[in-house]
Amino acid sequence: MIPLNYYIMLSAVLFCIGVYGILTRKSAILVLMSIEIVLNSANINFIAFSAYGLGQTQPQGQVFALISIALAAAEAAVGLAIYFVLYRTHRTINVEEVNVLKW
Amino acid sequence: MVIEYSWLIPLLPLISFVVIAAVGKKTREQGGYIAVSFVGASFILSVLTVLEVMARSAAHLPPYETSTGWIVFQNFSLEMGILVDPLSALMLIVVSFVGLLVVVYSLGYMHGDAGLRRYFAEISLFIGVMLGLVLANNYLQVYMFWELVGLCSYLLIGFWYQKPSAASAAKKAFIVTRVGDIMFLVGIIILFTQFHTFNFVQLFEHAEGANTGVLTLATLLIFGGAVGKSAQFPLHVWLPDAMEGPTTVSALIHAATMVKAGVYLVARSYPLFHFAPDALLTVAVIGGITAILAASMGLVANDIKRVLAYSTISQLGYMMLALGVGAYTGAMFHLMNHAFFKALLFLCAGSVIHTVGTNDMREMGGLGKVMKITSITMLLGALSISGIPPFSGFWSKDEILAATYEHNLGLFVLAAITAFFTAFYMFRLWFMTFSGKYRGRGQPQHLHESPKVMTVPLMILASLAVVSGFAIFTGFSGFIFFGESHGGVEINYVVMPLSILIAVSGILLARAVYYKGSPAPEVFVATRARKALHRMLERKYWMDDLYIGFAEKVFYGFSLALDWFDKKVIDGVVNGVASATVKLSGAADWFDIYVIDGVVNGISRVTVAAGQTLRKVQTGLVQQYATVMLIGICALLILLGVLGW
Repeated sequence: MIPLNYYIMLSAVLFCIGVYGILTRKSAILVLMSIEIVLNSANINFIAFSAYGLGQTQPQGQVFALISIALAAAEAAVGLAIYFVLYRTHRTINVEEVNVLKW
Repeated sequence: MVIEYSWLIPLLPLISFVVIAAVGKKTREQGGYIAVSFVGASFILSVLTVLEVMARSAAHLPPYETSTGWIVFQNFSLEMGILVDPLSALMLIVVSFVGLLVVVYSLGYMHGDAGLRRYFAEISLFIGVMLGLVLANNYLQVYMFWELVGLCSYLLIGFWYQKPSAASAAKKAFIVTRVGDIMFLVGIIILFTQFHTFNFVQLFEHAEGANTGVLTLATLLIFGGAVGKSAQFPLHVWLPDAMEGPTTVSALIHAATMVKAGVYLVARSYPLFHFAPDALLTVAVIGGITAILAASMGLVANDIKRVLAYSTISQLGYMMLALGVGAYTGAMFHLMNHAFFKALLFLCAGSVIHTVGTNDMREMGGLGKVMKITSITMLLGALSISGIPPFSGFWSKDEILAATYEHNLGLFVLAAITAFFTAFYMFRLWFMTFSGKYRGRGQPQHLHESPKVMTVPLMILASLAVVSGFAIFTGFSGFIFFGESHGGVEINYVVMPLSILIAVSGILLARAVYYKGSPAPEVFVATRARKALHRMLERKYWMDDLYIGFAEKVFYGFSLALDWFDKKVIDGVVNGVASATVKLSGAADWFDIYVIDGVVNGISRVTVAAGQTLRKVQTGLVQQYATVMLIGICALLILLGVLGW
């Protein structure tokens, strides 16, 4: 039996990797992928607490993870669609070049 | 139970008013027949109501009263209601009957007039509101109808408004009676603040034991209203001028509607007056003064309608006098008889004017031969008003004289002299009009008797003028009385022969002067003193001149003073204020430019500078924003950990 702490640590590491990716990647696709990593780190937390938390198995955590995955899929679809539009209008998906959102 | 439908009595003429106003042009006589039928229906209903009131009165049942909330407030409500007691019943029958006859007569008299539709609409309204007035069960409602009566009189006196004299007479009537109306309004407001009700029955219950001072004030104010409407001294000046209207209107105003409203009001308020003896004395004195003043002015008037107008004022004075001395029954009896014989006299005068085409008696004469019906009916009316037995005027006048004799000898002397004057001027009128030779322009051949539609009402009224006095023998005093009914007829053996003697001597003097011509009428202006007296009467005691002089001199002088005040003081203040305002504005302008604008511009400059600095934060780079957010979250978490929130 793997202790709960391991899961939490994995989750924390994945979260930090994801956040790093979000903040540093230039390609929008990679930013999106980093977001997915962050989401998945959260899902690991849900599952882990569902199995170990409060002394007994809690089904809610698993259900929440499933919803989260479905949401992540939807979010990825929307995000990719935005990138298509972004590419059509700016001919780039480099987030540093898309800086029109200012004053 | 007809009495439950008595609210229809005033409503029918009002409906007639609306119908004639709407479609009168398309009907025969432009609505005349509509007016006749509606007023006739109202009359029939009145008769049935009166019969029922008589039955109730005989059975000692309380008067019929019904009312409904009109404006309901939390702590009090104003009501609309109907009160049918013997007094209202008497007025109902008088008003609707005289009204009906006048409307019928108008079909002939007004035939071919351009404003016929307006005439019949307004006269229906007049009759309707008068009927409403006598049926009202509270002062507020009476006041509303009171004002409407005033309005109708204005409209009808000024019926021929193209004539400047008619227009100004209408205005005069309206403005003079307005003085009284305001007093009446103040009076009922005092009553309301004191007793918290307008309702007659409730007020009369409160009257006993109420503060006499307040009651006297209120009743005097109410009497003030009656003075205006009933043309009592000193507000009598409007009535002679009111002759500018059609003669039928004069008949209606004098016999049934307008001026009787004042007498009715005092009679209606009698339970209040009863507890205010000073007010009653005032009523008696004003009545007595009015009676003799008006009668003396009637002695010299040459306009046939004006003579009758003065006679009306004088007879109204009689009624007020009777009310003042406590002869309640006598006053109402005289009111009824007067309604019949005065309507008759006016309609006769109308018939004469219709034929001769002038109001001036000096251009009449000798009409008795051609206008047999008119002259005979008018003779009956004149005998009645002069107080010759057994005509109606005798009985009521005798009641009043007897009561005055017992009450106050000074007033009795006034009343007796008035009776002499009355007999004299009525027969002066009759002889000047119907006897001797025709003095008018043109040939007497074109003179003719009036059409049937006019003479039939005359004959009906004449027969009533003869017989209505006998009502006193058939229970009139048991029907209308205040306090205790004194029953049947009491004969005062001093007063009755005296009054007959006075009346006969008045008639004989008129006959000697205006029929036989010995002495000739010039005897009245033979000496300087007589001339001066004659002139004083002709000028109506300078009352009109006094009012006009008052208006012209006093008000004009006052206006000049006000003008000066306006120009020097008010304008000075206004101009001063204006220039001060300009100076203040200059200061405000400076303040505005340098202080307010300075502050505003300063704020805007600071804002712009701050914006210039802060805009640099907005890079538009999403990842930078996310970094800042992350740093923020971390900082919060660290704070949470360190401070242990």
